[in-house]
Amino acid sequence: METKVPRARRSKTAAALRELKKAPWSAWFGLIVLLGYTFVALFAPLIAPSKESEIVGDSYMEWSALYPFGTDQLGRDMLSRMIFAAQNSMGIALAATMFSFLTGGILGIMASILRGWFDQAVSRFIDALMAIPSLIFALMMLSILGSTAINLIIVIGVVDATRVFRLTRAVSMNVVSLDFVEAARLRGEKLPWVVFREIVPNILPPLITEFGLRYCFVFLTISSLSFLGLGLQPPTADWGLMVKENATLITYGDITPLLPAGAIALLTVAINFVVDWFLHKTSGLRDGQ
Amino acid sequence: MANDNVKRPTREKGEILLEMRDLRIEGESDDVWHQIVKGVDLTLCRGEVLGLIGESGAGKSTIGIAAMGFAHPGCRFNGGSITFDGIDLMNAPEEVKRKMRGSRISYVAQSAAASFNPAHRLIDQTIETETQQGIRDTQASIADAKDLYSRLRLPNPEAIGFRYPHQVSGGQLQRVMTAMAMTCRPDLIIFDEPTTALDVTTQVEVLASIRAIVEEFHTAAIYITHDLAVVAQMAHRIMVLRHGKLVEEAPTREMLAAPQDAYTRSLWAVRKLAKEESTTYDLILKVEHVDAAYGSAVKILDDVSISVPRGRTVAVVGESGSGKSTLARVVTGLLPPTKGSVKFNGADLPPALAQRDKESLRRIQMIYQSPDTALNPRQRVYDIIGRPLTFYHNLRGKALKDRIVELLKMIELDESYIDRLPGEMSGGQKQRICIARALAAEPDLIICDEVTSALDQIVQEEILKLLLRLQAEFEISYLFITHDIATVRAIADEIVVMNQGKVVQQGLKTKVLSPPHPAYTELLLSSVPEMDPDWLTNLLQKRAAKTK
Repeated sequence: METKVPRARRSKTAAALRELKKAPWSAWFGLIVLLGYTFVALFAPLIAPSKESEIVGDSYMEWSALYPFGTDQLGRDMLSRMIFAAQNSMGIALAATMFSFLTGGILGIMASILRGWFDQAVSRFIDALMAIPSLIFALMMLSILGSTAINLIIVIGVVDATRVFRLTRAVSMNVVSLDFVEAARLRGEKLPWVVFREIVPNILPPLITEFGLRYCFVFLTISSLSFLGLGLQPPTADWGLMVKENATLITYGDITPLLPAGAIALLTVAINFVVDWFLHKTSGLRDGQ
Repeated sequence: MANDNVKRPTREKGEILLEMRDLRIEGESDDVWHQIVKGVDLTLCRGEVLGLIGESGAGKSTIGIAAMGFAHPGCRFNGGSITFDGIDLMNAPEEVKRKMRGSRISYVAQSAAASFNPAHRLIDQTIETETQQGIRDTQASIADAKDLYSRLRLPNPEAIGFRYPHQVSGGQLQRVMTAMAMTCRPDLIIFDEPTTALDVTTQVEVLASIRAIVEEFHTAAIYITHDLAVVAQMAHRIMVLRHGKLVEEAPTREMLAAPQDAYTRSLWAVRKLAKEESTTYDLILKVEHVDAAYGSAVKILDDVSISVPRGRTVAVVGESGSGKSTLARVVTGLLPPTKGSVKFNGADLPPALAQRDKESLRRIQMIYQSPDTALNPRQRVYDIIGRPLTFYHNLRGKALKDRIVELLKMIELDESYIDRLPGEMSGGQKQRICIARALAAEPDLIICDEVTSALDQIVQEEILKLLLRLQAEFEISYLFITHDIATVRAIADEIVVMNQGKVVQQGLKTKVLSPPHPAYTELLLSSVPEMDPDWLTNLLQKRAAKTK
């Protein structure tokens, strides 16, 4: 009889470290950038030389030793605002993404288990939502509800939940049809057990990957909304908003407005690198090795 | 015959067609290369059928594919030689090998349904190779394909090719694939478990067609299977493989009469497992006049009544589509019946799962066909077996762990398995874990749905023995769903024969298995391959005589 001899069991951290060592340079680059951003976002008030909306000098000052990236249209320190913007934009994007996964994910799993009218009702409603162009939908909702941080999170979360719902329902459908889920139901397990113990662990890899990608999109949506004036409101710092506020400088050959744009681009690229690597490691339903 | 314009060297039996010397193939997993085929010699003459037999992992499919000069992705040749009709396949340029595949060597895969492109008609796929390689023009190819269809005794050979794969049955699809392999009149065909996925009655037809056409065109063939009785009908010579090595090789009759190696003999032994039947009037389960349907239109079960005595095994036998798995779903409550009732321990069971209480759920457990999908790949053995113990018996902490270890002992696995994941165990071990999970509930009845059909023969025997031992120890009743008569002989006390949602016959094992039989039982029983190499020939003669 053929028996697999299992390797000595490694602890989870040891296994993760081993994977990290084998990771390609792109994943390393992504991880380091991501850690850097997170660090800056978490400790923004400690790092930034001046306060978020403190006017420190004249408007549109040039780059100097005192103000490395100069000042903006109101004379606020660009560097400090860049740092605070990391906190604002990343925090709100994270909250919105989590909101969309919580709603879309739970609805998706429920639809795949319950099927029937519940699935039909939710799926068709989601279809209807998806039929509206998402940016227009967000603009409309925000102009009705007002652009507060909470509204931003909810509106973007709802828009993105539609995509999360689709994915979760599809991957969960594959797992629900497996015998171990039926076995759990025959045992008399309640729905929460079936969802969180039997199904969720088996659909986690694609969901985590999607989380990374969704986060990028949410981030870009917030920036676009801010650029259009319906996202975060001044004086709150936000990269999209900062591009808008300083856009005139570009006509004078000053690259300052490109800095916040570059910050967005770098973060998006970094997340994509990490997600690519993770997807490669855990593509599809792998056995738990 | 339509192959006059295809030039082929004359075929004479005796001339060597394929020769493998010290073939070594290795495969990669987790960055480590390990040998799959460890130095196998194989010689095949023109017109000869060679049976390759062994358990999964024996390397038989890998050798079969190697005969086409091909290695699966993730595998590579690392020694030896393959010579096909004077051509060195291992070093031949890809272009040469590509030209030979399909025209001089062809391949018939196990799952016809998965091998056909669902978007094209059968005829287009059948003639693709010969028209692609410019052997014949389309008109001639179609005429020839129709001729082959009729030789393979497909119904309506003129029209069947113009259907799509999903419009014909599994057995017919397998014959179309054989026709496809035959279109270029290859010198060698590799059959990789062509009948494993088919029902026994269908299997007989496919086996007869394949054998006839291979004989007719004097094609050499490698027939890969794990079923001894099947290979006995098909092959002139048998090679037994194990762990990538040759165990024994002999002409079919010689090997059947006197297997030399202990391993070969153990393969034979499985079929000899048998159990003394006994019965009792103390019934644990009574299914009375049950109708069931999916949706509203099609009745899957039609007035089915069966009963299971306490501590005994009732085998439900039938082909796919007979409703035997649906019966299990009705008993478990997954599919409430549209009519009739299910009585358990003398009391009515609520029809739907949601209405049943924990206690009645505990008393009926289920074991599935495929342990791969029946175990959550992300749970360790501790959680898999531990959950029903906590859920039904409220065991926790040390008591829980002790009980898990005890259960592992019952299924003959030691304590070290407790923190393994399903992916770290073999198929047989996984099935044991499934049994332990069912046992943990301390049930009165276990429904076994084809529990051995996904396993190798030797593992099958071990699992059946384990089930019998547990039955004797704990007085558990089994409702044993299977299509395999050898398994029924090994384990059953009573038999229920089902066909198209109806019970055809039921009673004690000896009674059902001995004549006179109702027509369907007769057909089913006579279709089960036997070890006698003349079985198929005799059966076909008998059936032909009857229709005259």
